[in-house]
Amino acid sequence: MGAREPVAARFAPGARVRVRRADPPGHVRTPWYCRGRAGVIERICGSYPNPEELAYNRDGLPAQPLYRVRFLCRELWQDYAGNAGDVVEIEIFQHWLEPA
Amino acid sequence: MNQQDEQDIRGYYRRMQSAIEELLILKGVFTGADVEREVEAMDSRDPGRGAKMVARAWVDPAYKARAIANGSAAAEELGFAVGPLRLIVLEDTARVHNVIVCTLCSCYPRMLLGLPPAWYKSRNYRSRVVREPRQVLQEFGTHIPDEVEIRVHDSTADMRYMVLPLRPAGTGDLTEEQLAQLVTRDSLIGVALADAPAA
Repeated sequence: MGAREPVAARFAPGARVRVRRADPPGHVRTPWYCRGRAGVIERICGSYPNPEELAYNRDGLPAQPLYRVRFLCRELWQDYAGNAGDVVEIEIFQHWLEPA
Repeated sequence: MNQQDEQDIRGYYRRMQSAIEELLILKGVFTGADVEREVEAMDSRDPGRGAKMVARAWVDPAYKARAIANGSAAAEELGFAVGPLRLIVLEDTARVHNVIVCTLCSCYPRMLLGLPPAWYKSRNYRSRVVREPRQVLQEFGTHIPDEVEIRVHDSTADMRYMVLPLRPAGTGDLTEEQLAQLVTRDSLIGVALADAPAA
């Protein structure tokens, strides 16, 4: 296996990103309701072993950058009736994100 | 899924959990005493820990700044071990109200609040608080004015969250210990505000 450095972070706080619209099998920690939706990087949380690998007793390396992504409720739910500024913030691993 | 289905499934997983626990004990992965010790450690944690952090933050602006910058370090500073997960402290202001959830399962800041309440793990709360947070908070008796922005935090990975609620009005004369009494579990989750002081 060898020593493996964490994957480099691609996104900086404030960057616009979109969650991949994907449906891989297995243990996934990207909620359905944000797939395909666009948001903004709120912060970088550090790098962590990939839970999709850990779930199968593998080492999850190289560690993946984890972000908190801020989504407007109106982006997640088209009929959202609350304040236009209301948001949901979700932890999402880098391999689920692409530039928006 | 109706309520009966949900109960049947819980019964199924409970039996599976017991069977796996027995197998792991038989294989010597851990002992029954280890399980008991963990259960006792879990039972020893309660929201009083989070309440102490909040009261300290209310009386000590430097501590509050440290807690917002690094929640884990601020918890350790008061003697509360956080473990490998990272704690993020979310500050309520006159313009922002925070509330936490785990839509995927029931991630919860157990190191500071102990076991989550049953409603936190319910499908109802988990599915609706990200969809219609204002209605859900209203059902808890918490009205958030329209001009206040709501931030729902979905705890999906390695972070854990605790809300730092607004300090109630009329508490200028209270001691830190008295202030901590106003900080309820629900206010640390964000479905309620901190209690008002007794008149």
